[in-house]
Amino acid sequence: MHAIERYVRPGSLEEAAEILRAGNVTVLAGGTDLMPQTHAGRVKFQSVLMNVRRVPELRGIEEHGGVVRIGALVTITELRESALVRERLNVLWQACDHFASDQIRNAATLGGNVCNASPAGDTLVPLLALEARTVLASKPNGSLETRRIPLDKFFSGPGRTLKKPSELLAAIEVPLPPQGFVGEFYKHGTRPGLDISAISIAVGAQLKGKVLNEVRIAFGAVAPTPIRAPRAEAVLEGREADAATLEAAAQAALGEIHPISDVRASDWYRRELVRNMLKRVISHVGQL
Amino acid sequence: MSANCDIEFTLNGVKRQLSVPAGMSTLEMLRERLGLRGTKYACGEGECGACTILVDGLTLNSCLMFAVDCDGRELQTVEGVAASEVGARLRDAFVANGAVQCGFCTPGLMVQASHVIEHNPGAGAAEIRRGIEGNLCRCTGYKKIIEAIQAAEQKNG
Repeated sequence: MHAIERYVRPGSLEEAAEILRAGNVTVLAGGTDLMPQTHAGRVKFQSVLMNVRRVPELRGIEEHGGVVRIGALVTITELRESALVRERLNVLWQACDHFASDQIRNAATLGGNVCNASPAGDTLVPLLALEARTVLASKPNGSLETRRIPLDKFFSGPGRTLKKPSELLAAIEVPLPPQGFVGEFYKHGTRPGLDISAISIAVGAQLKGKVLNEVRIAFGAVAPTPIRAPRAEAVLEGREADAATLEAAAQAALGEIHPISDVRASDWYRRELVRNMLKRVISHVGQL
Repeated sequence: MSANCDIEFTLNGVKRQLSVPAGMSTLEMLRERLGLRGTKYACGEGECGACTILVDGLTLNSCLMFAVDCDGRELQTVEGVAASEVGARLRDAFVANGAVQCGFCTPGLMVQASHVIEHNPGAGAAEIRRGIEGNLCRCTGYKKIIEAIQAAEQKNG
């Protein structure tokens, strides 16, 4: 373990970005990933440990002009208790409801789940289906700047993102889905609580009668990053979820995933899960 | 060696001041620095709930919390919960219902159960089950624990 030479607690986003600009910083938020990762030696502490808990700009869930801004420090419990999230971003709410345990939900932050960039990250799959984007803050030339990266471009590999070390994830922005948009999150594990997904699926669509529009499908734990499945979406777009269409969508999805075999499932089993559970989830959504 | 940081917090109703290394966990601080051994170390990675404590009224795994992050916050451990009215009821109910075998998970379950009862006083078996999903017990099979928590709830009413 590398030594932490300095512990800092900035009181504003401006101050946090300034500290990041100087470099060699480990960011601490909820700690639920950082603590086990540093203990196991998978992550080494930089010389500065920066606790961002007191940065007010990283808090709050607000809707302005059709976009929901979720501060990076918002906990999974806060998302689960938000009426706005439950009513308008229900597929994300479902993932928060399934997330780990009460103790973890009370500490873990949405920003932490996004920055940890696990291929199996529970909130990442619904966020992809909701076409979320990250808001990154930095202070490259003495003044605070932000840039936005759509979530489907943000992940570059397991545990890796396009966020630079000098940038802080300030918020996640989620455009409000159209009225009548419904969705379902499904996670397959060996038990309901505290499990890392063997696979996860988020499906969202706007229903007109039985016809699916604006279909969005995302998967977790079947590729190096959480992914969207545009070809499966295209198969379903403007169609009813009959048996032949479901099978065609499942076959398209199988061409878009690249599962590995690990302790949680073999690649064969992951494919079987995707084929069967995607059909089930879509047919549920088609009946909502 | 990590840098030391001065922190100040409330622990079971008493103000504490301490200097802790920046990388230390709250669990290690409680057990090794403050001698409160009721909070247990088991998995060390947030899977088992044996180290559950209350921070600002919410339960957390103290093994995952940095001790420096306790600064300015209000902590309650099983020692504090045991001294409360709910804690006394839970203790009696755990004994009466045979909900303790080896006892290693019991402090974490007492803290988590007190949180479930305080936040959802009418919780049924299914809600209790959800509430304690982050606490592992390898002896009892949970049935007696759930019955004990329900019994403690009923005495509430």
